[in-house]
Amino acid sequence: MSDAPPAAASASIGYDDVVIAAPVTVPYQRFSINGAHWFLARAVAEIIQRTGIAKSSIDGLCVASFTLAPDTAVGLTQHLDMTLRWLDHIPMGGVSGIVALRRAARAVQCGDAEIVACIAGDTNQVDTFRQSTARFSQFAQDAVYPYGAGGPNISFAFLTAYYMRTYGARPEDFGKLCVAQRRNALKFPFALFKKPLTLEDYLASRMISDPIRLFDCVMPCAGAEGFLVMRRAQAERYGLPYARILGTIERHNAFPEDPVQFRAGWALDRDALYRQASIGPENIDLLQTYDDYPVINMLQFEDLGFCDKGEAPDFVRRHDFHVGGSFPFNTSGGQLSVGQAGAAGGFLGLVEGIRQITGTALGAAVANARHAMVSGFGMINYDRGLCSGATIIAAP
Amino acid sequence: MMKPKRKNPILRTRQATLPPHGRSRVALGMTAGAATGQFELQVCEVCKAVQYPPREACHRCLSDQLTWRPQSGDGELISETVSRSSQELYYRERQPWRFGMVRLAAGPIVVVHVHADCPPAPAAVRVEAILDRAGLPALVAMPQGKSDLGTDLHLREMTCDPRHRKILVTDAKSAAGQAVVHAMVAAGADLIWAGCAEPWKQPPGFSAIANLPNVTVMPLDVTDTGSVTELAGEIGAKVDILINTADYHRTFGISARQGVETAQTEMDINYFGLLRLAQAFGPVLRARAADGAANAVAWVNLLSVYALSNFPPHGTYSASQAAALSLAQCLRAEMRPAGIRVINVFAGPINDEWNQLMLPPKLEPAALAKAIVTALQGSVEDAFPGDIAQDWLARWRKDPKTLERELTTATVAGG
Repeated sequence: MSDAPPAAASASIGYDDVVIAAPVTVPYQRFSINGAHWFLARAVAEIIQRTGIAKSSIDGLCVASFTLAPDTAVGLTQHLDMTLRWLDHIPMGGVSGIVALRRAARAVQCGDAEIVACIAGDTNQVDTFRQSTARFSQFAQDAVYPYGAGGPNISFAFLTAYYMRTYGARPEDFGKLCVAQRRNALKFPFALFKKPLTLEDYLASRMISDPIRLFDCVMPCAGAEGFLVMRRAQAERYGLPYARILGTIERHNAFPEDPVQFRAGWALDRDALYRQASIGPENIDLLQTYDDYPVINMLQFEDLGFCDKGEAPDFVRRHDFHVGGSFPFNTSGGQLSVGQAGAAGGFLGLVEGIRQITGTALGAAVANARHAMVSGFGMINYDRGLCSGATIIAAP
Repeated sequence: MMKPKRKNPILRTRQATLPPHGRSRVALGMTAGAATGQFELQVCEVCKAVQYPPREACHRCLSDQLTWRPQSGDGELISETVSRSSQELYYRERQPWRFGMVRLAAGPIVVVHVHADCPPAPAAVRVEAILDRAGLPALVAMPQGKSDLGTDLHLREMTCDPRHRKILVTDAKSAAGQAVVHAMVAAGADLIWAGCAEPWKQPPGFSAIANLPNVTVMPLDVTDTGSVTELAGEIGAKVDILINTADYHRTFGISARQGVETAQTEMDINYFGLLRLAQAFGPVLRARAADGAANAVAWVNLLSVYALSNFPPHGTYSASQAAALSLAQCLRAEMRPAGIRVINVFAGPINDEWNQLMLPPKLEPAALAKAIVTALQGSVEDAFPGDIAQDWLARWRKDPKTLERELTTATVAGG
């Protein structure tokens, strides 16, 4: 029990001319015999190759990975022979992209670093996922994994069942989002799922943990994502397309009194985010959410202010979510259709958002995209996801 | 439960799998309660907050003064799922399996196994702590009112119900042994082998046991390695539950009886007897731990509560019981990989010839036998039947040193 009701976020200062650029993806693979270091090295190499920025010019590094053990970001500096004056490690899974951006942007803004590479990557060997869910957290190991050993499927089944019972969401509503994302993914070169998905396919897919179906689950895979944070002048010097950072939020362990999670920290912080960005939800041209599992998309639609609490099922029924639709959403296909490369899943939406805003989309592009919102969610420590975050980025 | 079909002899006997057994040390704190059938949670001594999952500090006031205290378990099933795709073999072999989230009236949210008789969420339930097949504490949502684990397909496997099982009672001649045989017959055992040492001595009541329809008297002298090995060779591969009732009990401590011969016999039966049985029957029980619905499930040791702390008027006997308890802990560790449960039954003084001079209350052999059946039908590994055993347990848990000091002045009538 907390001593006082959680306070809304106080106003943060803006990010001035700090920008985000150089979105890269190391192609996803279902399984890999390489280690996490390989994927993270490929991400840095890809950034260097695409931007022409020398490795020695990168003076800040922010790393997210679940499979880097026994190393942390520290070991990676020697592994990649990088001399840095700013280093961070973000063990926050699905919110790691947003948090990495927040940390890196402040470091650049305050002069602690000039060019920060934010990278996330994981390997997926045949037994990696089972091992990581068995020891995901102390609470998960002690009080969830012994019950069915289903990993996040069971935890999200509890949330989804509760949400359906309370707000009347139907399987077709979740299915509509999955189908739209798959349609987006068919044009995205790195998506592991390349076959069209119909609502009938979705509804006919086997139950994994009622009411979670097979197509509600992301596929664990190997891969990496990355981007750079620097001042606008730097980006222009290197000739890099960039996006401005209009606002960011993060929150951890919000609403601990809720018996079953039906909202997350965004609900506390979205007003501050829109205030900082000086725009509202009606100005958002595309939304990238953390989509592991579909019910979490609905929580984000509500908590980020696109509709009221409990109205996401109706919101889903009213909108078309593919790239050319009324509400462009998870435009690369999201983790549900691209795959979940461990912590890179927390970067996927942000990297795609940068591409859309900078006119460098690899798949279908949202026309006239000026403002992208990207949100993250992560870390089912026990019975709920603890971390939430979001950002609004904008064309120059 | 229907009587299981005979197994197909050409199929390989399945190997046992276990639920996940990784736990932090604080989480293992729930074991002490679950071992005797109590549902306990950490309660903060400072602010009284009740919490779960177990933590190193109070989640509310951050005190480290945390004590495991019994809970009513009353709560509401607020969400549930049926898992059909587990990552671990134990659950894959048994899926689908029902799980839920319960909001306890005491506050915490607990993830639980859900008994089949619970109505769908939202529903009022009662949470109990059990030991799963890995021997680790687990929480179960039970329907309100009377219900038992045995009526749920999966949760029944958390028990060791004697029904339809084949049982070896190592000494069926003693008052306790005879009572255990009768109780196993009443509990629906398929077959009972009644161990009999020194067949030329036939105590009162034993011939009635030998004539029971499901009972077969077998020669077994736990002081004779050859006898134990021979019986294991004959019936070992069929025993589902072994109940070691063999016990040699004489009075006195160190100075009231000269020589070591009596103490040696106590050790030979109470300690080495267990060791011989464990070496002969343990491996084959382990091998049959997943052998269908009537699999090998349990090993029961009839111990004295004197195993916890020496009762000086019966001092050498207490020492042999302490040795047996220590070995039973070793046996428990060695049987755990197969999920065979080792149940220790700590009896207070039994109302038999060797406790004639003990003052009441004494434990009737039939009550002891009933406690063994109850332990097998439930999901516990330690049982303390009778008022004296409960009294000792409470004192021992509170402070073993104080109990030791209290016992320095213990006497028996006329002793």
